[in-house]
Amino acid sequence: MPRIFAYIQHKGGVVDDTAAELFAAARKIDAAATPTAVVTGWGADFDAVCQSLCGSFAEVWKITSEALAYPNAELVRQAVASVVPAGSILLVAHDHFGWDFSPGLSIKINAGFVSDILDIEGVAGNSVKLVRQEFGGQISTHVLCDISTGAVLNLRPGAFKPAEGAAAGGQVIEKPAPAFTAKRRYIETVVAESGDVDITKEKVLVSIGRGIGEKDNVAIAEELAEALGGAVSCSRPVVDAKWMEKSRQVGSSGKTVKPKVYMACGISGSFQHLAGLKGNPFIVAINKNPKAPIFRVADVGIVADMLEFMPVLTGKVQEEKSALVGKR
Amino acid sequence: MEILVCAKRVPDTSENEIQLNDAGNDIERDDLVYSINEPDNYAVEEALQMVERAGGTVTVATVGGEDDEEILRREMAMGAKNGVMISDEAFEGSDGKGIATILKAYVAKNHYDLILTGVQAEDGGAQVGGMLAAMLDYPFASLVTSIEVLDGGKLKISREIEGGNKEINEIDLPCVLSIQTGINEPRYVGMRGIRQVASVPIPTFGADDLGVDMAAVGAAGNKVKRVDYFVPPAGKGAEMLEGAPEEIADKLIVLLKAKGGLN
Repeated sequence: MPRIFAYIQHKGGVVDDTAAELFAAARKIDAAATPTAVVTGWGADFDAVCQSLCGSFAEVWKITSEALAYPNAELVRQAVASVVPAGSILLVAHDHFGWDFSPGLSIKINAGFVSDILDIEGVAGNSVKLVRQEFGGQISTHVLCDISTGAVLNLRPGAFKPAEGAAAGGQVIEKPAPAFTAKRRYIETVVAESGDVDITKEKVLVSIGRGIGEKDNVAIAEELAEALGGAVSCSRPVVDAKWMEKSRQVGSSGKTVKPKVYMACGISGSFQHLAGLKGNPFIVAINKNPKAPIFRVADVGIVADMLEFMPVLTGKVQEEKSALVGKR
Repeated sequence: MEILVCAKRVPDTSENEIQLNDAGNDIERDDLVYSINEPDNYAVEEALQMVERAGGTVTVATVGGEDDEEILRREMAMGAKNGVMISDEAFEGSDGKGIATILKAYVAKNHYDLILTGVQAEDGGAQVGGMLAAMLDYPFASLVTSIEVLDGGKLKISREIEGGNKEINEIDLPCVLSIQTGINEPRYVGMRGIRQVASVPIPTFGADDLGVDMAAVGAAGNKVKRVDYFVPPAGKGAEMLEGAPEEIADKLIVLLKAKGGLN
């Protein structure tokens, strides 16, 4: 069995939530695995990160350099490639860093690469058997990755139930940083604008996807949201088409929302979108496609054309509300 | 600036319901509508806008077969000067690394300042651009949402990171960037435009022309193999509301009231 490493992300002295997920994934490859953490960074915050990782990892490989103060994937890749032994399996979170970092790393260390892994079914012979999805989550696949020269495996955040090792007293082992070639240089992070409506504070969200069809139709959703006493949010394609502002986007590259009720209208339900939905809301899905992945996570599903159904619902809600007012 | 965009023809998920075939070894492909992978189309638009500002040419290449020529024509109708078909029986069934190996061989025989790919394709691999960059020893950035050309052979780019925030980087040319959707508004392509480029020759290059490392390509060279397709588990499964729209709305309102969805 190859040695298993987990590249651990951290920010502001705090270990990323995915660390325990990578640990769990290592145990799915090999139930007896004692995975080694690999971390890069700089400064006192970073030292604290290394110490806290000793709580669950038996070994923490620490690569420190001022050049690694910000996790620039181009530099982190050089650092990790220089220390990980040939033939290892390296686990990485499939987030914006993992997208940047891992495919190139697999080439540099001559290993196999698989992205966006949802589950691991174990090792047979020279291969690890993995579960992935294609077509925006409409279809699943089993994939075999040859690990005879090692593998870089990118795991979907949230897909693995977090686990921690009982390896109290793990040790930090400092590994040398290489001489870096900095062909890409981090300048700054620009924080998202907040926009006119703060969707993170709304109790009811009428969220629209590609199915809204055109910009003029956004008004149909706004009328429903107004009747329900909520606001309109959206998925990525609506922002890409410039039909709504980026500040209204729910998802891993948008806002994280925690409404009581989430009405997903014409939203297929990609994991990037669902990653922005927290607090276990009551999810109502309206979609023309009965096979849309959103129906697998929704509480209530309606197979319908959102453009036809929303006005009907808006009318009924308005009737209901005026009846309530009448009773008072 | 000489720009290469690597593009792929894929089943269009906005036009198709993706289903398993009867044997369970593939998706049902008979009635699928294919189009250019959406992020690749954004990449071509970005390349065209860069060339309009700074001069140069845009070349669109695909690794595929006869059926894939339609996306090259489409992108040429958008304004790409050259289309390139990279095709060989030996390439069939290549995994991501195999495709990157083939593209690397093509790039090594040509000169490009900038190589763009879409951020990911229908399989969500998000891998060929990063692998190609590593093979060429070029710098790479993924999830790119804006590009500005700076003096001195470099670009200022922004990347999409968590929470709608952006990471700003400077990157040296030549480089490989994977382009996120929404970076621009791709221009419309009409049938007339496609007819106008219908007779423009598209050169085809095979394994021998490019000197491809055959050990890493084709199904036999794969490190990663798809075993099967299957229907994802149902999850908790939604309670489906059925009936006429008015009936469904009535049922839904009862539920919404109970869950705090009527304020």
